[in-house]
Amino acid sequence: MNTLILKTTSRFLFTLLLLLSVFLLLRGHNEPGGGFIGALVAVGAYALFALAHGLTAARKLLPLPPLRLVGWGLLVALLSALVAFFLNKPLMTGVWFSLLGVKVGTPVIFDIGVYLTVFGALLSAIFGLEETADRTPEEAP
Amino acid sequence: METWMALLVGGLSAVGVYLMLRPHLIQFLIGFLVLGNAANLLIFTSGRLGSAFPPLVQPDGTVLAPYANPLPQALILTAIVIGFALAAFGIVLFFRAEQVLKTLNAEAMPERLEAAPAPSPVDEVREERA
Amino acid sequence: MILAVTSAFLGALLAPLVYRWLGQLAGWGLALLPLGLTVYFASLLPTVVAGETVRHSAAWVPTLSVNFSFYLDGLSLLFALLITGIGTFIVIYTGGYLKGHPDLGRFYMTILLFMASMLGLVLADNIVTLFVMWELTSLTSYLLIGFNHTEFRSRRAATQALFVTAGGGLALLAGLVLLAGMGGSWEISELLAKGEVLRAHPWYLGALVLVLVGAFTKSAQFPFHFWLPNAMEAPTPVSAYLHSATMVKAGVYLLARLQPALGGTEVWSSTLMAFGLATLLTGATLTFRHTDLKRLLAYSTVAALGALVFAIGLVPLTSYYGAVGFATFLLAHSLYKGGLFMAAGAVDHEAGTRDINQLSGLFRVMPITGVAVGLSALSLAGLPPVLGFIGKEVLYLAALQAAPAWIIGLAVLGFAVGATLALILTVPFFRGQPPTGVHEGPPSLWLGPVVLAGLGLLVGLFPGLYNPLADAVASAVKGAPTSYHLKLWPGFNPALLLSLLTVAVGVGLYFVYPRLQAWMAQDPLPGPENAYVALLRGLLRLAARLEQTLQSGSLRAYLVWVFAGLSGLVGLALWRGGPFRWPGETSALSPAQLVLVALMLLGGLLVLRLRSHLAMVVVAGIVGAGVALLFLLQNAPDLSITQFLVETLTAILIALVLLQIRNIGEVPRGRWLDKLVALLFGGLVTVLMLGMLSEPIELHLTQFFAEKSLPEGFGRNIVNVILVDFRGLDTFGEITVVGLAGLGVYALLKRLRREEKP
Repeated sequence: MNTLILKTTSRFLFTLLLLLSVFLLLRGHNEPGGGFIGALVAVGAYALFALAHGLTAARKLLPLPPLRLVGWGLLVALLSALVAFFLNKPLMTGVWFSLLGVKVGTPVIFDIGVYLTVFGALLSAIFGLEETADRTPEEAP
Repeated sequence: METWMALLVGGLSAVGVYLMLRPHLIQFLIGFLVLGNAANLLIFTSGRLGSAFPPLVQPDGTVLAPYANPLPQALILTAIVIGFALAAFGIVLFFRAEQVLKTLNAEAMPERLEAAPAPSPVDEVREERA
Repeated sequence: MILAVTSAFLGALLAPLVYRWLGQLAGWGLALLPLGLTVYFASLLPTVVAGETVRHSAAWVPTLSVNFSFYLDGLSLLFALLITGIGTFIVIYTGGYLKGHPDLGRFYMTILLFMASMLGLVLADNIVTLFVMWELTSLTSYLLIGFNHTEFRSRRAATQALFVTAGGGLALLAGLVLLAGMGGSWEISELLAKGEVLRAHPWYLGALVLVLVGAFTKSAQFPFHFWLPNAMEAPTPVSAYLHSATMVKAGVYLLARLQPALGGTEVWSSTLMAFGLATLLTGATLTFRHTDLKRLLAYSTVAALGALVFAIGLVPLTSYYGAVGFATFLLAHSLYKGGLFMAAGAVDHEAGTRDINQLSGLFRVMPITGVAVGLSALSLAGLPPVLGFIGKEVLYLAALQAAPAWIIGLAVLGFAVGATLALILTVPFFRGQPPTGVHEGPPSLWLGPVVLAGLGLLVGLFPGLYNPLADAVASAVKGAPTSYHLKLWPGFNPALLLSLLTVAVGVGLYFVYPRLQAWMAQDPLPGPENAYVALLRGLLRLAARLEQTLQSGSLRAYLVWVFAGLSGLVGLALWRGGPFRWPGETSALSPAQLVLVALMLLGGLLVLRLRSHLAMVVVAGIVGAGVALLFLLQNAPDLSITQFLVETLTAILIALVLLQIRNIGEVPRGRWLDKLVALLFGGLVTVLMLGMLSEPIELHLTQFFAEKSLPEGFGRNIVNVILVDFRGLDTFGEITVVGLAGLGVYALLKRLRREEKP
């Protein structure tokens, strides 16, 4: 699958898909989209990139190993739930505040946690399998 | 519409179950996915069909009626993702099973398992200490 | 007080960090926690001695009347002081005894967790709090006995202790719940005031038996005594702390605590005296089988616990001797037994053996430990001028007041073995040549034994120091104000004669000990442990047989059972439910949707006929894409996008695996049974769905979400607002599942990497 066309277009597609995934994530509260969908698009972007340029290159484009992202995602989601707890409201009550003129709320942060978790978990599965696929031919008896 | 959906869901579940009952694990997996789709359709239909608009609030604060029931949609959205996570785990599990036991036939697996017992956790700790 | 217990738990959790930070000095540093708690509880002494009680309560689950309530009177205070005080020295001792052990941080944490739960147990006023703490002590004890978890013997001893004590704990729970129902309160302090109601209640006997089973298993009473000597597989600090000074006294504590409520009946006193005496004699007799220091001490602990239970049985029958004897002997035993265990560990640590036949002349090389052992042994033998003497004297006075002569005779025999054991323990220190290369351990190893033995001597010489607290303890056990003047020299009385007799018999037994030991150690004696082993084996065999029948190992069989069972049960419910109604059609089918539905059905059938796995995956993917299109046509854009993406990624995943699999095998044909089950299930789903659609729908929730989405959730996509706001907790659970699946995949593939390495 090392065709030139795939290699050149994938770079472009990767950026585009990643942008799209963030866009879907952020607009999810008002239009179709959200953390789950955004994460799936991002996984697709990375899977495509890994297919074209190899795993090592794809891994370099990740800020953290995929499983760490799962941990961070769960932590972010949990922390967003705890905010209300510290304001003496029931757990997970939405808290909204304005940041630089943009309305930000704990549900949006929670959705980012969802995004990170789903992205990390699914990507770790795909990367893991691609890794073994890379190795299998060498050690085949 | 409802009757057709009921037939579709029933048909897909039958296909899913039939595939899951086959001893081959890849077919089990496909059956699992088909059954999952059937279940999602069932939940979706239980929220009733016949909508004209998606469940989105207009900027002026109204919802155009008749809108699709958002509740089953929320349920199904997570169900799809969880189903996928479970399927991914299943795929890798079957893959590993095939590597160790050299077969994807679920009926042949128990015999091969008995031939090669797993090391006990205690032995593993001992090895690490040593 | 709530703060005290909570800080103990928090301190325990921080222990590994402290260990990493302080290293070798962690023992001394961590000892500050129990030391601080000791000081705190000591500061409450004047209040409690004045006859007042302290009670703190915080709501936990108020709807179930479960409170985090703590209650302090003389009895709890004595236990709290013992737990924190001895705990201080145990933590210091651990630093020296387990120096450099790779898991020392974990050990500190577990033993401090134990201390916290034990503290919670003796202070608890609420029945549920008491039970939770009770089981926590069982669990931490399990972890501590099995600390050397790579040794089979440790693991076996740990599970045995857990099974026996936690099993008893279940009985205790039932008993306590019965008591709460009978007395109409979940607070022990309130139940104590309702003794007469409880005793007259028809459930009294049942509740009593259940509570006794709980207490007897925990305190190693006959016939449950066998787990305690086996628990000596634990590191010595654990044996000294849990299995002599504190945890095993939890059962005794509970009996003493409930004495005012449950005691006073014929059955209470006779049961406690009978089992106490049986335990005393069992422990005493079995002492003779062993030469290992820790085992000897363990059986002597069993005997002492029997004596304590015996004393509680005597409480209602005697004026005040029983209660005071209990209070005094309890303190004396904790002090000398904790000290002896620590000393035994120190000897083991320095001399490398715990077998008394191989030890000799230790006093010259380990003089400080020797002095501590000597003083503690005096207490064990019940000789003046130490506290053990006073404790035994008052117990004898109690027995003389209430028990028949033959019981007193048996008790003397049981106590006499204490004197024998004292001789067995001290003689190796003074006789024979000192071993070469053995020397006194570091201060951490002898500080505990010396202080505990010194305390025993101090209180023995000046019993007035302990007298006020002893009176408070006795009042709590008796349930009425009690006071008695403790004296070291009570003058010539029958009890003193009994003491002399005890010592004489003990010395006599010492001379036959070597021969008796050789004879008794020959082959394993039959005992209740055999019943335990048989029970466990039977259970395992039953489980194996059940597993063979139910878990055939055939995936297909399981699935047939599940699907056929499901169809059968749901079908039965449908059949009995009422007449079938056809649902009203709410919408006509557009041509596009009709084609889609038909195509999906066709695709499904096609999958069944295909003979290639890759083709099956593709067709199944097309069916999935059809579902996504259907979602789109039915105004569910979120679902549609998600479904498309998931179908794509699934196809990628399966393709990745299919490319790597070598033994793919062929596509087998289905059986007629499979067809039947599948058709049955599919048909049932259709009928079920039609039935469901014929019922009216409740749109209450849907309307709620649609109305509140923008004003309260600040989002216009209702589906997303439900996911991340209204039902956020569900979503959190769901992403946890996704995360776990990712973790599972990682673990599966990581194993692969490890296997490939060599």
